[in-house]
Amino acid sequence: MRFLLELFTSFFKIGAFTFGGGHAMVPLIQKEVVDEKGWIEAEDFIDILALAQTAPGPVAANTSVFVGYKLVGIPGAVWALAGTILPSFIVILVVAMYFTKITDSAVINAAFSGIRPAVVALVVSAAINIGKTALRDLKGVGISILAFLAVTVGGIHPIPVILGSAALGYAFFRDDKIPGLNNQVD
Amino acid sequence: MIPLMEKEIIQANKWLSMKEFVDIIAIAEVTPGPIAVNSATYVGYKMAGVWGAAFATVGVVLPSFVIVISLASLFLKYKDAPAVKAISKGLRAAVTAMIASAAFSMAKASIIDVQGIVIVGLVLFGIFKMKIHPIICIFLAAVLGITLWGGMMLVPGL
Repeated sequence: MRFLLELFTSFFKIGAFTFGGGHAMVPLIQKEVVDEKGWIEAEDFIDILALAQTAPGPVAANTSVFVGYKLVGIPGAVWALAGTILPSFIVILVVAMYFTKITDSAVINAAFSGIRPAVVALVVSAAINIGKTALRDLKGVGISILAFLAVTVGGIHPIPVILGSAALGYAFFRDDKIPGLNNQVD
Repeated sequence: MIPLMEKEIIQANKWLSMKEFVDIIAIAEVTPGPIAVNSATYVGYKMAGVWGAAFATVGVVLPSFVIVISLASLFLKYKDAPAVKAISKGLRAAVTAMIASAAFSMAKASIIDVQGIVIVGLVLFGIFKMKIHPIICIFLAAVLGITLWGGMMLVPGL
């Protein structure tokens, strides 16, 4: 129970400070569960992100469900998800009740002119951190570049691109190393 | 998710007008949390009060909750199989690309002037060189935003 509360608190903190939608939450979740709490290994976190992006629904909610589930099963998933969405639930209720004109506020708009580029930088930093762990050889870099171009230049939806990368991964890496020894070595 | 919500809320059920929907998306963007969840909470509240908000929020996350748990239990069970390991190397490469392309499209939408580029540079420096926590970076950027753009925004008509 104490751990569930800790999990809830961590995700509540993440949920409360994520402006700019789901991807903005990735760097915060990574910082909290990988760097600070050490609950999840860097490589496992990337696998979790991959599944969170393949599943329907907001990436941030999916990631918290997976992290909670991996740590303490279904109760963990419930508490992590509750922590992630409760801050926005409360804030939205308060805004809907009293501040429907919030988007007209000059101060809020000015603050967000600063927050938006900051969020871009946070997501860039997440991409760099994840790339450092995920891309260990030329084949990986190749898949990554192809996938990036497919989404940004080709305008293809992320899900087929992710599935295609999985297929390429299978084709490229299946004969790579002796099973069980292929974790760290390049 | 937003195009789907538009279809369901405005066209199929006529719960809101297009104008109200656009306002709600704008509010969802300046409040913390995933935009789809925020919009669902807001629409639920408008239609049926606090209970409406609660039901709409649960409704929007429940399908992904079930699907993610199923995927997670399958993955955790088979993650050491050689085929799954090979696939997950491809997936890891894709994730890097997906996060990078999210950053790319966010940058296109939200970096509109030199001050924005400066903030991106400052935050990257803060995170990698000074090891500042991301939440602190967001706070500092908000303060910087109010200082840099606050004056301009107060001019009527801007």
